This record gives sequence, C-alpha cells and structure tokens, in this order.
Amino acid sequence: MIAELTISEVQAGLRAKTFSATELAKNALKFAEAENSKTNAYLSFCPERALATAARVDKALAEGTDAGLLAGVPLAIKDVIVTKGVRTTCGSRLLEHYIPPYDATAVIRIEQAGGVILGKTNCDEFAMGSSNENSAYGPVRNPVALDRVPGGSSGGSAAATAQGTAVVALGSDTGGSVRQPASFCGVVGVTPTYGRVSRYGLVAFASSLDHIGPLARSVSDAALLLQVIAGHDEMDSTSALAPVPDYLAALDGKVRGKKIGLPKEYFEGVASETGDRIAAGVEILKKLGCEVREISLPVTKYAISCYYIICTAEASSNLARYDGVRYTTRSGDAGTLSEMYKQTRGSGFGAECKRRIMLGTYVLSSGYYDAYYLKAQKVRALIAEDFRRAFTEVDAIVTPVSPFPAFKIGEKSGDPMEMYLSDIYSVTGDLAGIPCMSVPCGTTSEGLPVGMQIFSRHFDEPGMFRLADAFEKAGGFAGH
Amino acid sequence: LKITETEVRYVAGLANLELTDLEVDKMSRDMDQILTHIETLKELDTSGVEPMAQVLYDADETATLRADVERPTLGQETALANAPLAGNGYYKVPRVIER
Repeated sequence: MIAELTISEVQAGLRAKTFSATELAKNALKFAEAENSKTNAYLSFCPERALATAARVDKALAEGTDAGLLAGVPLAIKDVIVTKGVRTTCGSRLLEHYIPPYDATAVIRIEQAGGVILGKTNCDEFAMGSSNENSAYGPVRNPVALDRVPGGSSGGSAAATAQGTAVVALGSDTGGSVRQPASFCGVVGVTPTYGRVSRYGLVAFASSLDHIGPLARSVSDAALLLQVIAGHDEMDSTSALAPVPDYLAALDGKVRGKKIGLPKEYFEGVASETGDRIAAGVEILKKLGCEVREISLPVTKYAISCYYIICTAEASSNLARYDGVRYTTRSGDAGTLSEMYKQTRGSGFGAECKRRIMLGTYVLSSGYYDAYYLKAQKVRALIAEDFRRAFTEVDAIVTPVSPFPAFKIGEKSGDPMEMYLSDIYSVTGDLAGIPCMSVPCGTTSEGLPVGMQIFSRHFDEPGMFRLADAFEKAGGFAGH
Repeated sequence: LKITETEVRYVAGLANLELTDLEVDKMSRDMDQILTHIETLKELDTSGVEPMAQVLYDADETATLRADVERPTLGQETALANAPLAGNGYYKVPRVIER
C-alpha cells in the first residue's frame, strides 16, 4: 500500500522488481490526486516532472548504476520552495501564476538522489501562520481529524505525509512551521541546525530564522532525507561549511546514560493531556537508560516577543519585492508607480501578511529601532546563551512542541495574539539556530497526536536522531 | 494606546500597503495588542549584551566566498517571463515622475 511505504520499502520493492519507479510514480500520483479532496494538502501536481525522474531512476536501475538514496521515492515539496517550470504560489494570491525560472538547491539534490516530486503542498501565505488557515487557497484539513487544522505553516506537507500521499516531504521552519504541524498530524518533523541546509530557492520570510526541513513517518526516513539535502552550497553564503555526517549510522540505539534536560518553563501552561503524554514519553526515555533532570531556560518567557519583532522586521524587508513589477500580479489601474505598489500589495496580501509587514515596518521605523529591533536582537542572544549553558549540563532537551494538540478549523483564527502565543515552545530553537525536531509521542483520549520536541547542540543532528529513533522504537510510534 | 490610526496609516505608507478604513481599524487594535505584549521585553536587563543578528559559526572570514568565475545568467527573456508587463527587454511600470 502506497500510503504506508517507507523509503527502505520503496528501495526493496525496486530491487525485487515488485514495481518499477515509473509504476510507483503513476500509482502515487493517482492516489495523491484522488485523496486530495479530503485534505487540500496539495496545491499543484507535476506529473510530467515526476515521471521524468522516475524514468531516470528506472534507467539507472536497469543499467546497474547508482540510482540514489531516494531512488523512486514519491515525495512532496512545500510551495514556498521554488521548482523550475512548476507553479510556486507560497500560498499567496500574489503568486498564483508564478513559474520559477530555477530550482531550489534542496530540490536539485532530491532529484539527483532519485526522489520523485509529485507536487507542491499548501501552506500559510509566505509561511506565516500556525494553522494553515492563512493560505489563499483554502485551509488544509488534518487527516487525523478532518474538522481540525493540520498546524502550520507546513500544514500541507505534514498532512500529505500523515495521509500517505507522500512518503516524505519538505517543509520550512521559521518559528516552528515544520515541528508544530508534524506534531499535530502525528509525523516526524525536523528543523536542522541553521545553515545545515541551503536556503537557495526557499522564498524568504525571515532570512536569519528560515530553515528547510524534512517531514516523514519515521525518524530514519527524516534522517535520510536530511542526508540528501544537507551540506554547503555556494549559492547560499549562510550555508554551513561543516561536513555532513552519516545520519543513519547514528541510529544505533545507544542512548543509555545520555543526559536529558526538562526545562521547567516549557511545562507551564501545557494542556493536561499533552502534559500527560510528554510525561509518559519521559518515562520511556528513563527506561532506555537516559538520565533525566529538570533544568531552567529563564529567558523563554520573552521568546514570543523577541521572535515576533525579529521575524516581522525581516519579513517586512523580504516581502518588499512583491511590488507588482516582477512577480506576475499587478492590481488596479494606478496612474503612478507609487500608487501601483500600494494597490498591488493592498489587494494581493492576506490579513496575516499585512499584519506582519506593518509590525515589521513599525519596529524598524525611525525612533523605534532601538526599543524594538535592537532590543529583540539582544534578547535573542540571551536565548541562545540559555541553550549554550544548558548544553554544558545535558546532551538533549525534551519539551512539548505545542501547548495543545490540533484545534478545530476557525477556533483560533479571530485572535492573532493568541495564535502567536501558541508558538511559545517552538520559536526558541529557530532563534538559537540549534537543531530540533518533533517525534510522535502518542495521542490524546480523542485520538489527537502529541509531539515531543527534542533540542540538540549545533550540528548534533546525529545525537538528536539517535535519541528520537530509540524513543520511537521503544514507544512503538513509527509508521503512523 | 501604543499606536493610533494616524500612525497606522503612516506606517502603511512606509510599507507601500493600501489599507481600507476597516483594515486600518482592525490593524490598530491588533497592533496595539501585540505591541503591548512585546513591551514585556523592557523588563529584561540587556546591558552589555551583544545583539545577535545571525547564527554564526567559527570559520575563516572568507570561507564562504566562492571563486569569482563568470557563469551563464538567466537571460532577459527568462528573467522577464514573470513580469506582469514587459517590453523591449524592460519591465514596464506606470509613470514614475510627475510632470
């Protein structure tokens, strides 16, 4: 069944000639297109491109040459990551007809590894949101409970992975946009170290916080997808030079004696069932032989304020480019250039983007810069220092991803501040630039998934994956 | 109140964003609420703290620079393909300077 295949099962099927990459791609496309009316996870499909990649994989297999780590694997790409010749909307009406002239580095690497891109997934407009309700193309429904949100902003990628309409998917994370939807949909979501994956071709939201990251139904599949996309790229000068270790080799189960910190600030204000599931998860870690201790990350309570200053400031600058000149959409019949800018942007952006552009412009404006933007950058340094100090005592930090599980569509969309506050546990990882992930940790009595968050030191994805993999296996949480 | 409607209209002008009267009203209330929350940062003593603009790792200053080698570019036709209005190899825009 396509909906449950893992990467290694795809590889085994191809080797045993149970199916060819082309047959698998055709079936996966058919399945994903048929299932999409349930969740609205995909915004576009790219069958020609998928079949072309599949044909290359079949040729390599027939010739006995290396078909790649992702050979034949049907997958999805969040629609904020550009794909040459395939419409990339960013969930915005402004880019409804935008056809990128180049591929993102992560996309190139996936296809070089034989990964078969089925299509592009729905998301909050320009990745701004925590529920996917900010997409101009309608909300995504959570495959676990169709009246609920899948989380955001990578809600389409999380939903497709959970629904089985993609084996794995790429999302992007600026303040929790991979981990929170992963937790809401019951899949694995990884935010790598800042700079571990090239941002070239990731449409910019907040450049100092933006990450591309994998979503998968198991830790090992997420690790393998990261293996393919990680590594320095001369097209992104902020991409890290550090060599990429073998992530799968780290999945050796050796977590006995690892020191795990539970920061007390991340357990205040957690919904009771979410707290119970995380507590049960911590018991599993103890059974695996981990040493668990309480720690403190005292600056946490300032993280939301810090994050929403920095991300809106950077967004207001990055989104200035959508001016009606270069990117497909121009509104009105303004007589002057200035009026054309204002009309295009006023009618093109949705409410959340406008709010963030306004906040960002405000905090950067003359007279407010020191009080807001500069202050937030100093608080960001203190948050990073909190983690640095904690990692002198512990090897990993474990918390909930979100204070509560998936909520009903429409339930929180009226109050922007309430929605922002729900990002409290996920923004800190992006601010510090450390690797972090969500791993499934059971469900509530209503059957809603809960995600456990693991933070690790800069570039210690191996340690993070080792712990997550051991946890997933001990808890029986793999495979959705 | 942290922000008035007049200030909201001024900031919208800076951001090249046309807002309806209804949007200005809602934006004022939303921004006021958010800015009030953000005020809590003032409690935190940040004297002597270096601002963190970017996540940085130890590396040679020029380590991320690539060789200065010419490469093929997108080309005019491709670069202009997404323009709402173009002609003769240029983007076309409404009048810039009032006469």
